[in-house]
Amino acid sequence: MGVTLFYLSALVLIPLAALVIRPWELGFDGFWAAVTTPRVLAALKLSFGAAAIAAAINSVFGLIVAWVLVRYRFPGRKFVDAFVDLPFALPTAVAGIALSALYAPNGWLGAPLALLGLKVAYTPNGVLVALIFIGLPFVVRTLEPVLAELTRDAEEAAATLGATRLQTFRRVILPSLLPTLVAGTAMAFSRAVGEYGSVIFIAGNLPGVSEIAPLMIIIKLQEYDYAGAAAIGVVMLGASFVFLFALNALQSWSASRR
Amino acid sequence: MTRLLRQRAPTDDHPLTKLILGSVAIGFIALFLLMPLATVFSEALAQGLNTAVGALHETDALAAIKLTVTVAAIAVPCNTLFGLAAAWCITKFDFLGKNLLITLIDIPFSVSPVVSGLVYMLIFGLQGWLGQDLRDHGIKIVFALPGIVLATIFVTFPFVARELIPLMAEQGRDEEEAAVSLGASGWSTFRRVTVPNIKWALLYGVLLCNARAMGEFGAVSVVSGHIRGLTDTMPLHVEVLYNDYQYVAAFAVAALLALLALVTLGVKSLLEWQFAGEIAATHSH
Repeated sequence: MGVTLFYLSALVLIPLAALVIRPWELGFDGFWAAVTTPRVLAALKLSFGAAAIAAAINSVFGLIVAWVLVRYRFPGRKFVDAFVDLPFALPTAVAGIALSALYAPNGWLGAPLALLGLKVAYTPNGVLVALIFIGLPFVVRTLEPVLAELTRDAEEAAATLGATRLQTFRRVILPSLLPTLVAGTAMAFSRAVGEYGSVIFIAGNLPGVSEIAPLMIIIKLQEYDYAGAAAIGVVMLGASFVFLFALNALQSWSASRR
Repeated sequence: MTRLLRQRAPTDDHPLTKLILGSVAIGFIALFLLMPLATVFSEALAQGLNTAVGALHETDALAAIKLTVTVAAIAVPCNTLFGLAAAWCITKFDFLGKNLLITLIDIPFSVSPVVSGLVYMLIFGLQGWLGQDLRDHGIKIVFALPGIVLATIFVTFPFVARELIPLMAEQGRDEEEAAVSLGASGWSTFRRVTVPNIKWALLYGVLLCNARAMGEFGAVSVVSGHIRGLTDTMPLHVEVLYNDYQYVAAFAVAALLALLALVTLGVKSLLEWQFAGEIAATHSH
């Protein structure tokens, strides 16, 4: 047990302490200045904004995918189910260059989209596509076990009482899935906020336009501005914690209302 | 057909709904997951198999493959031992600060990989806490193998522990207590009772840990210093080649990593189908 605690503190606590302490050598004003330059603010806004939109899209499509995989029977279902984990298993850099080639103006998807006047690669849209890619399994994998255990009694009761399938879904199924759906979406969101590898290739990294927050940390490090890099790290970490805390509070509040 | 329709259970979706939702789900997966994967292999083979294989035999590519294997060979056993120890402590004993320990284990999953690399720069980097002392003594941590290993261990250490904790918690302590009361020593209890109960979950955790260790990009990219042929792991080498416009070579290395991912997925699914009961029920990372 002592070994475990030692390993963990050496590996996690000390480094995290370094992260939290380092930026304050700039003083509060210096810290504030480091994280409120227009370029850093734009990066933070893009990371959190695109992560939120991607998580919202994944919550809808993730629910449909989980529903189809749990409720329907079709040939190859097991393989499709296993394949959903691809973003967990595929190294992010591989996903990054693949998405970038796919959505480039001469790529398989980039070319037809360009004809429609939609640019994806090297724009904030590209960031969104990458974040949808890495977030999908979080929603599907969180929903699947809960969906599988959902008994059909309530649905049958709703059907006998004359509810249509859509009404049953909206009034009976969705409410019992909602906490899990929110949890899965939140996981997809917090992963997307910090995502780096799959994004930087497709983003184009234009300062103030398509730079993400983790990239700003790398840029600051390359400028030997360790304190500034740590300051951005602290803001990202702080925002994630506030988000997770608010989410937990919301969930316990909604549980207590029932 | 009409008979089939009439026999539909009230909790079954309308065939048309099934068709639409099924197509949307499969279409979404094909568009967002399958096409990127297909792109990797198609780009790697754009100039034929020989060119792709040849790209893997270049000195820098071989060095990157060797480094990646070395890093995983150190990081994965470390985290397997730690994961076992942590899961053992958490599920078989009661102690103060247990919840804190569980929270700590999860931290690497909720932190950006770039931040994971950054924390080691803040300690061991030239302008970090220990940077000056380390340089005076000629010890290199960041921009060298030790830093890459440390960052990889940090990013991958939850995998084994997280896989084991729910399973071992569910199994409880009865069997261990029985073994001890029959006079077995702590070590032989662990070897003869605990390990056989968790072997498939352990293998599952090690597999995921290894996949991530070999594929980690963000954290390693911060601490590696990108010294070609020396501190570039396979994912970093992919980046270097891609930024050099050597697309075929970049995708060749990427395809090798993608194959690793596919093998991981395959073995993982096989374990899930064969030993569902012996691996904890829910898996989300």
